Amino acid sequence: MSANVSATAAADAAVERLPGKRTGAEIIWEVLEQEGVEVVFGYPGGAIMPAYDALPKYRVRHVLVRHEQGAAHMADGYARASGRVGVAVATSGPGATNLVTGIATAMLDSVPCVFITGQVSSHLIGTDAFQETDVTGVTLPITKHNWLVTTAADVGPVLREAFHVARSGRPGPVLVDITKDAQQGSCDFDPADRTLARPPRRRARAAATEVDDREDALARAIQLIDHAERPLILAGHGIVQAGAGAELLAFVERTGTPVASTLLGLGGFPATHPRALGMMGMHGEAWVNRAVQDADLLIALGMRFDDRVTGNLKTYAPRARKIHVDLDPSEIGKNVPVDVAIVDDVKRVLAELTPRCKPSARAPWMARIDGEKGESAVRDIQALPDTGKLHAAHVIHDLWRLTEGKAIVVTDVGQHQMWEAQYYKHDHARGLVTSGGLGTMGFALPAAIGARFARPGDEVWVVAGDGGFQMTAAELSTAAQEGIKVNVAIINNGYLGMVRQWQEMFYGGRYVATPMRSPDFVKLAEAHGLTGIRVIKRAEVAAAVAAARRDPGTVVIDFRVEQEDSVYPMVPSGADLGDMIRRPHAPPSPIVETAADSEEDEVPR
Amino acid sequence: MSPAAAPPRPRLRTFVATVEDVPGVLNRVASLFRRRGYNIASLTVGQSELPGLSRLTIVVACDDATALRLEANLWKLVDLVEVHELDAHQAIERDLALIKVRAGMTTRAQVVQVAELFHARVIDVAPDELVVEITATRERVDDLRRVLEPFGVISMVRTGAIAMPRAGVVDPTLSVKPAAS
Repeated sequence: MSANVSATAAADAAVERLPGKRTGAEIIWEVLEQEGVEVVFGYPGGAIMPAYDALPKYRVRHVLVRHEQGAAHMADGYARASGRVGVAVATSGPGATNLVTGIATAMLDSVPCVFITGQVSSHLIGTDAFQETDVTGVTLPITKHNWLVTTAADVGPVLREAFHVARSGRPGPVLVDITKDAQQGSCDFDPADRTLARPPRRRARAAATEVDDREDALARAIQLIDHAERPLILAGHGIVQAGAGAELLAFVERTGTPVASTLLGLGGFPATHPRALGMMGMHGEAWVNRAVQDADLLIALGMRFDDRVTGNLKTYAPRARKIHVDLDPSEIGKNVPVDVAIVDDVKRVLAELTPRCKPSARAPWMARIDGEKGESAVRDIQALPDTGKLHAAHVIHDLWRLTEGKAIVVTDVGQHQMWEAQYYKHDHARGLVTSGGLGTMGFALPAAIGARFARPGDEVWVVAGDGGFQMTAAELSTAAQEGIKVNVAIINNGYLGMVRQWQEMFYGGRYVATPMRSPDFVKLAEAHGLTGIRVIKRAEVAAAVAAARRDPGTVVIDFRVEQEDSVYPMVPSGADLGDMIRRPHAPPSPIVETAADSEEDEVPR
Repeated sequence: MSPAAAPPRPRLRTFVATVEDVPGVLNRVASLFRRRGYNIASLTVGQSELPGLSRLTIVVACDDATALRLEANLWKLVDLVEVHELDAHQAIERDLALIKVRAGMTTRAQVVQVAELFHARVIDVAPDELVVEITATRERVDDLRRVLEPFGVISMVRTGAIAMPRAGVVDPTLSVKPAAS
């Protein structure tokens, strides 16, 4: 078991690495040690066996997953929770292609990961050999960069370059494909030599992209901010990745500017701060989207005007001038034309802007937003009469309250993901781990395992739907084998809920292929030697959450929630941001009898 | 970059990129164009004056804003050393074409005469056809082809444009030297 391997490795933690002959396989792990990698997630196979054979000599813990997609999401979750680089390992062919969804997930959300794959021996490349796939070709559009390594001497320099590329600039995933003969071959290796395959070149990037002169841009930004009556910050993932939370807080407190967040920006600014409005976009709260449409200045910080954020671009924020701060010049003007562009690290830019902006309270603007907020709150599901029925919103709200907002919540994709974003108030960066750009179902459980490895002292909760959970549920076995504790809240409504909601709203209520029968999740947990709990009433939520928190192992809670609840507000795809479908004032009718209320303990279909 | 910018007018633009001479680099550049939906008019690659570095000439039809993003996207390629859009007035550009034309006894002299007008050369002759080689600007090659069309163009191959800044003009493509040296 890998736990034992890790224990022996830890014993000789002080082992001295001297210059000398190494195999390519040994160099892989030695470079990983040098890069500070504590844990890798992987699955062995023919073309990566030499690397696995060398592993016990090194202080790197290996976590055996049940499917390589799980390894990719674990590396991703590890990286998102910690800010460090996540690493996953797989063999050639199917092992490598199973990583693909996880690599694309990391790419769309700019998560630094290094994927290492075995490849058939170099003399077999191009012959359609057993388990040969051109994985550098397959992953070319979904990595920042990838490499094929065919000799032992290249392993070290290329891996070091891979880590550099993954974590530098706008972070992202990279892949290093290493042939079996490159792992088996040997060469001289000097641990003190930290050269990259190619030294990073100084790039005149700003000049190349004709971005306005920086000082001029800063001056114009300050002028726009000082003169704005209704400014609004759009805070994205860049705030979290740059570690710019303190700088953002200082800017907000000086300029009085309210903050709307993207899904991945949640936690970058404390949700309980009076200037925090919450999430914007398709399922953003009404007052947030109204504020975007009413604003006279948008200050976009480390975000990319995704279609889920803007709705119809033609009518987006029509009254607002726009300032865009992003590290990646190719994002400037991609979706929304802007008045001032600053291509730089958002932390540095905020630190420069704050002292140069005029202090302001923006009281009339805040009063206007607060008015909207009060009007919306009465429609909030939390304010609906408690009928005893279980709504996902109740579960997530209670979870937030009971964990005091301090847990790392890892969500899957769908309705529960939006409810989590609305009802779990994240005050801390890296407290929410979710697949935003790619929207990858099956992400949550493996990513949560990765997050727990990254931050073993922090409480980790999975919030997943019954559909997405089943996509990677096999990783429960990984959690059990590794003795890793995560708490799993399955928001079980017996449907692929978000698709069902679209069918209800836009496809005449024809529920095609969305009713889903699930296994008994309690028994599933028990089959893994883990604890399972079923919750059917709101009154039971607190006790179940408390029991899960007390349990030393992974716990699965099957929350049987309202089956046909919908996420409100909703801006239909491509519609104007101001055109929101709102939650009806009365509780949604007809109220369907759910499994929770029926005698039979079976998920209705 | 202002919201009131003039409506986008696509035109042919020429970019010169210096890239590492490593396997797959052309694939990476081509993949970027395909993925982002840029329409390549021509793409050529060959050695540069620097060891280990190749130079690409890319001709693309796009508007101003797209050109900026295209350049920014190219900068993100790890194998790319630098890229610059050439100012059409400050650059020279050449395209090489081989054009096989029908030319029997009655028309051969006329075809040869046309070739001479374009400073093109006849490089291969058979009883009923001949091959004309022209090295000129893209437009000039197009013109020759149009003039030869009535005789019967059998086939044509072109290299696509290669370009560099004019002599005596500050050459932005020379700012980076190989890292190894």
